[in-house]
Amino acid sequence: MTDALIHTRLPDRAPPISEAGIIHWARTNLFSSVTNTAMTLFSLYALYVLVPPLVNWALINANLAGTDRTGCDANEHGACWTFIKVRFNQIMYGLFYGSNPDQIWRPILAFFSLVGLIIPLFIDSFNHKGKLAAFVLIVFPFIAFALIHGAWLGLPVADTSEWGGFLLTFVLASVGIVAALPIGILLALGRRSDLPIVRGFSVFYIELWRGTPLITVLFMASVLLPLFFPAGVDFDKVLRALIGITLFQSAYVAEAIRGGLQAIPKGQFEAADALGLSYWKKMSFIVLPQALKISIPGIVNTFIALFKDTSLVSIIGLLDLLNMSQTASQGLEWKGYDTEAYLFAAFIFWMFCFGMSRYSKNLEESLDRGHKN
Amino acid sequence: MTNTDTQGQAVPQMPSSNEGSYSIDIEGLNKWYGTFHVLKDINLKVAKGERIVICGPSGSGKSTLIRCLNRLEEHQEGTIIVDGVELTNDVKNIDKVRREVGMVFQHFNLFPHLTVLENCTLAPIWVRKTPKKEAIADAMKYLERVRIPEQANKYPGQLSGGQQQRVAIARSLCMNPRIMLFDEPTSALDPEMISEVLDVMIDLANSGMTMLCVTHEMGFAKQVADRVIFMDYGEIVEEAAPEEFFNNPKHDRTQLFLSQILAH
Ligand SMILES: Nc1ncnc2c1ncn2[C@@H]1O[C@H](COP(=O)(O)OP(=O)(O)O)[C@@H](O)[C@H]1O
Ligand SMILES: [Mg+2]
Repeated sequence: MTDALIHTRLPDRAPPISEAGIIHWARTNLFSSVTNTAMTLFSLYALYVLVPPLVNWALINANLAGTDRTGCDANEHGACWTFIKVRFNQIMYGLFYGSNPDQIWRPILAFFSLVGLIIPLFIDSFNHKGKLAAFVLIVFPFIAFALIHGAWLGLPVADTSEWGGFLLTFVLASVGIVAALPIGILLALGRRSDLPIVRGFSVFYIELWRGTPLITVLFMASVLLPLFFPAGVDFDKVLRALIGITLFQSAYVAEAIRGGLQAIPKGQFEAADALGLSYWKKMSFIVLPQALKISIPGIVNTFIALFKDTSLVSIIGLLDLLNMSQTASQGLEWKGYDTEAYLFAAFIFWMFCFGMSRYSKNLEESLDRGHKN
Repeated sequence: MTNTDTQGQAVPQMPSSNEGSYSIDIEGLNKWYGTFHVLKDINLKVAKGERIVICGPSGSGKSTLIRCLNRLEEHQEGTIIVDGVELTNDVKNIDKVRREVGMVFQHFNLFPHLTVLENCTLAPIWVRKTPKKEAIADAMKYLERVRIPEQANKYPGQLSGGQQQRVAIARSLCMNPRIMLFDEPTSALDPEMISEVLDVMIDLANSGMTMLCVTHEMGFAKQVADRVIFMDYGEIVEEAAPEEFFNNPKHDRTQLFLSQILAH
């Protein structure tokens, strides 16, 4: 054999430096054409006209001192955050906690326990995610209810009819989505079932609720549900709203999960069948874990929509974040400061929904990456 | 099988309730997809421990045939008896057959959200009710047999194609099947990975497993097959021992097919 040629590998080089920097960016994005330049200049002018007065009103001239409206009335050029400060507890937690500030630790403890329990679910190296998630979804709601409702360990009772504000919004939206999840899973599976009756029922259910506005559902839940119970039984209003929301939301969750189910390759079903797994084992161990993961962004999106829609419970006389803010500004004490009330409610809604939507977007991107490799 | 025991000792008889000692017994099998007649009058008897290679042009019904054997596809006419159990709509029978029949797919079909070890232990634990410790020990034994015990705690996505296919084989073996079906197990692999999978299959063939392999790896067929079956347009056109099949194909269609795949 003759001597083989020895191949020397070429060393790796860094890629060429591309044109970069803020001037280059502005030229390609803001001033690339005459129209583009005109729009850029117009936008700058609009910002110049709108932003300084807003900042002056909301921050520089704003009132925060004192506990009544005298300060605000004396300085009409600034926002009256004194009002929000004084009524903060009422807007966040409702009438009971608004008038019993010494009990506020109860909802706060419940909220931060929830946050504390959820954090490990986002830590990759945490190994008991399934068990913890089951605890958060199934057991924790009861603990939180016991804590917030009271009548237990001598805690004063905070009746659900006196819950309100952000607390009520949060409870309605999160319990609604958690309760809707198992129903949604069953409906999504039912919609793909081989059994015509199961499939027919699922399709009928999903399309029925998707075609009905939430406000109608709430109204019906409030008027119709009590008819199924003997006269005189007082049927908890929050529970009524929760039942309506759950029935409604499960249809949307089912559709989000159906998308996930469709993304699971046929080979996964076949491999599970070939191994002899029964339908439910195949679904619980192979298909749903993968499908639910893909569906999380969609489920989060329906959750965001629900979170904002909870304001509609005002139709059955419940005061969520938005309605509680409005109510707080209607007494003589703070009449005329409803702009501040709406802005504050909008800000809380926005913070929450924006956070969720960022999370959902991140998740979508990381799932995309996961699929590509 | 004839019993010629010279010492005249009583030899325990096989229970003769089911068609002799065939592992697979297909008679008069016909299958349609809608109006498309995909399998036509298939008759095939496979003895215990027999190794069969099925080949034929793409679309000739090879996959459909072996997928009928564990009821991934339903047939409309004829009888299929696998390991003494007839495949009908009876779910119990289907479960019985699936427990005894392992299948390896072209695209591996590993469960991407489970580790290699979990892929291998899931069915033994949940279908066979094997205790978890035992299932893990078994799985490690089979992962060693396919030569990747060191990958047990990785996820399928972290492995090469050849490694994934070997895991898929180990996953099937963990159910202690009596019959193994392979549907083009090396067709989706990069060329340099084909031999590592074939080596595992040869090893398995030599261990006495009943095997039906759809494959175009003619070297494998020559080395281990007891019989080669050629399918075309949904029919079994020719079947013969490998030497006969490759050296002396009878049908023009077989000759054409062989000339095409051996040309390169
Ligand atoms: N689910 C199906 N529905 C309709 N036609 C199918 C289906 N699966 C396979 N076929 C058709 O049946 C024929 C045989 O397919 P297949 O058994 O996969 O062939 P092979 O494995 O020999 O390439 C092909 O023509 C294919 O298009
Ligand atoms: Mg095929």
